[in-house]
Amino acid sequence: MKVLVAVKRVVDYAVKIRVKPDKSGVETQNVKMSMNPFCEIALEEALRIKEAGLASEVVAVSMGSAQCVDTLRTGLAMGADRGIHVEATGALYPLTVAKVLKALVEVEKPRLIIMGKQAIDDDCNQTGQMVAGLLGWPQGTFASKVLLDREKQLATVEREVDGGLETLCLDLPAVITTDLRLNQPRYATLPNIMKAKSKVIKKYTPQELNVEIKSDLEVIEVTEPPKRKAGVIVSSVDELIDKLKNEAHVI
Amino acid sequence: MHRFISSRSKFLLSKSSVSSISHCNHLSNSTNSADNKSQSNPSTSLPKLSGSSYQTQNLNGSPYFRRFNQNLSFLASKSGCNWFPSSGYLPNCAISDGNRSIIRCFSVEPERESIEYDVVIVGAGPAGLSAAIRLKQLCQEKGVDLSVCVVEKGAEVGAHIISGNVFEPRALDELLPQWKQEQAPISVPASSDKFWFLTKDRAYSLPSPFDNRGNYVISLSQLVRWMGVKAEEFGVDIYPGFAASEILYGANNSVIGIGTNDMGIAKDGSKKENFQRGVELKGRLTLFAEGCRGSLSEKIIKKYQLREKVNAQHQTYALGIKEVWEIDESKHNPGAILHTLGWPLDKKTYGGSFLYHMKDRQVSIGLVVALNYRNPYLSPYEEFQKLKHHPAIKPILEGGTVIQYGARTLNEGGMLAAEAAFGALHEGSNLELYWETLRNSWIWEELYKARNYRPAFEHGLIPGMAISALEHYILKGKSPFTLKHGKPDHEATDVAQLHSPIEYPKPDGVFSFDVPTSLHRSNTNHEHDQPAHLRLRDPKIPELVNLPEYAGPESRYCPARVYDMSQMKEPTEVTDQCSELPTCKACDIKDPKQNIEWTVPEGGGGPGYSVM
Repeated sequence: MKVLVAVKRVVDYAVKIRVKPDKSGVETQNVKMSMNPFCEIALEEALRIKEAGLASEVVAVSMGSAQCVDTLRTGLAMGADRGIHVEATGALYPLTVAKVLKALVEVEKPRLIIMGKQAIDDDCNQTGQMVAGLLGWPQGTFASKVLLDREKQLATVEREVDGGLETLCLDLPAVITTDLRLNQPRYATLPNIMKAKSKVIKKYTPQELNVEIKSDLEVIEVTEPPKRKAGVIVSSVDELIDKLKNEAHVI
Repeated sequence: MHRFISSRSKFLLSKSSVSSISHCNHLSNSTNSADNKSQSNPSTSLPKLSGSSYQTQNLNGSPYFRRFNQNLSFLASKSGCNWFPSSGYLPNCAISDGNRSIIRCFSVEPERESIEYDVVIVGAGPAGLSAAIRLKQLCQEKGVDLSVCVVEKGAEVGAHIISGNVFEPRALDELLPQWKQEQAPISVPASSDKFWFLTKDRAYSLPSPFDNRGNYVISLSQLVRWMGVKAEEFGVDIYPGFAASEILYGANNSVIGIGTNDMGIAKDGSKKENFQRGVELKGRLTLFAEGCRGSLSEKIIKKYQLREKVNAQHQTYALGIKEVWEIDESKHNPGAILHTLGWPLDKKTYGGSFLYHMKDRQVSIGLVVALNYRNPYLSPYEEFQKLKHHPAIKPILEGGTVIQYGARTLNEGGMLAAEAAFGALHEGSNLELYWETLRNSWIWEELYKARNYRPAFEHGLIPGMAISALEHYILKGKSPFTLKHGKPDHEATDVAQLHSPIEYPKPDGVFSFDVPTSLHRSNTNHEHDQPAHLRLRDPKIPELVNLPEYAGPESRYCPARVYDMSQMKEPTEVTDQCSELPTCKACDIKDPKQNIEWTVPEGGGGPGYSVM
């Protein structure tokens, strides 16, 4: 059984981001980039499934500029068998990504797609759900536990929802998106990094996959959140009520 | 954006203790699936589990170990853990902090994979990368192939690089003469050179002792990153995120390589879910290019007594604290270079500040304080904050914002090493050649000419300036005498009684900042859940010596305020704030009784400098 893992190259979570002076976006020049943490968790889960003998191959996919290859190499160093890079410049929004993934699924025919629940740069939380919708596959999102049954070809997914935990049983093929508590990703060891250099990364262009890169969204402006104002010490309860009513408009 | 580390580590600490016992049951299953992951070195096959020790773990689980004598539990876990399962499921073995040195004795067990290279270089800084590039160039010239690798503890090349920086391209011209065409990030030529003597309110312009014509104002972090790319183009294997933590010695006490850190160890020394054993990198030759006060280099210097052998004086250091600001367009003057002397440092403290205008409206401003300062109440961080309020400096920063902050100690020579190394490996010549070529090079000449500046300041600011002026303008470095440095930096601190506490103004949040704000800007992040990497050799000394005699200087010289005397409850470890360390190593140098030992933390953590 083949497992497809989609990974995204984003600004590293530890970086203090700044807005570009022209407010068109976040400064990404000379800034450390790494694999989206949720994608790392997804890849780790795929690797564990393979190591448990339930999958034959783990393929990592990434879309974007040429530097995505670095992220794929990290994925290969963690243990993925092959990489696929879809070269595309410019902004890629979830629907476009989902369409590309659908086209790749028709080529690779995996039985399971595992992705991170959302990317930490745009926090969209849409791509996994859209892929499942386009393919007509069942989806188990916000997974905090995944159990595969190969004979019965189903996946039992425990999801983190607002009210607690929900357990779903999905028929394969299915899409799973991972949440934080699913696992802790392994470190890529030096020997594995060396081995990853010889693993194959196949390149595609969106044209080859018959997907048109067009976005229905346009980012108009990006600004920093307003700085917190200092607090005010009120002198009486009446003053507090007055402020809550007339200034904050909450009562 | 999410902050992952705190939520991950907090949650997983509880999770791993629950799962450890269940993992023991998976052991038999998981070792079978170990076939999937092939080991590169056939000698490190998976040794079998001995039956009795497996039993021990099954019965006990983690709490059992903690009740036992440290040594006993350690040995029990050692014999039981004699395998490396690839599935990542590992029982919790309590290996306490105090016994980590014992683990190192076992390093030659077949537990760690070992990779061999011709040359192993520790540190992907300017020196390490220059050496790597030069080696590969020599290989191309002579038609030889040497395998070269560089290990770097920062998460990426350039992450731990911080420096002024005004760059003289002479060495780069020799190494990579096409640097301009190949778009090295060196683009702002020096346009003006100012030198001011500051008092509290005024700035007096002095003739500049530096001549920076032909030099460039750059960000060294970016240059090193570019060099990393070049090195990889030459075929050098660079491994960022791996910290070299121990030196491997061979049969005849020679250095045969280094070992990287084990990763995924929790604060109490137990193995976490994603524990990974370090690897051994063996080289026919090992080059240590760790930068100032490198932890492994210091060990080597001590072991082979390298300083004594050449009658060298002790190394003196300074602490540099720096910020990069993005300032108002109207105030920005690319290529402008400013150095100052005097205020805020007093007559007895050697140091000065710099302000360099880079490109993109960015300026680099910093203060360098020699670590042989006498007053234990001195806080270099606060002095830097004061500096920014000076009437001549403040206007430049007005309207700007701070982008990054960092600190590092510096020594008051990479390419020549490669040539000597190549010679040694290829032609069998002696490495003594390095020393000779160094002596004959222009580097030596420059360093020789500058040798008397720092020791001159031993006698105070005015005599220091007088002697330096004499040296520079008149004698031009050819003086017949070589002044000696005074006491080593850590001994230079006077007892607190001889000085009075310095009142530092509170940060105003616009020009001066408190420490947590600054640390936030250094993009520093270490994995929280790892053993403390600052150790006290003798836990009683802070209470018995540092506090009463020196008024706890470590709470002041540390630019990250890691040491807080009032909260020093657990004497064997330093406080939990190790996670916010910019790894400058000032404490290793300045502690009066040399009681603090800096060991390298898990690779991939630490500051994330990008424009420093």
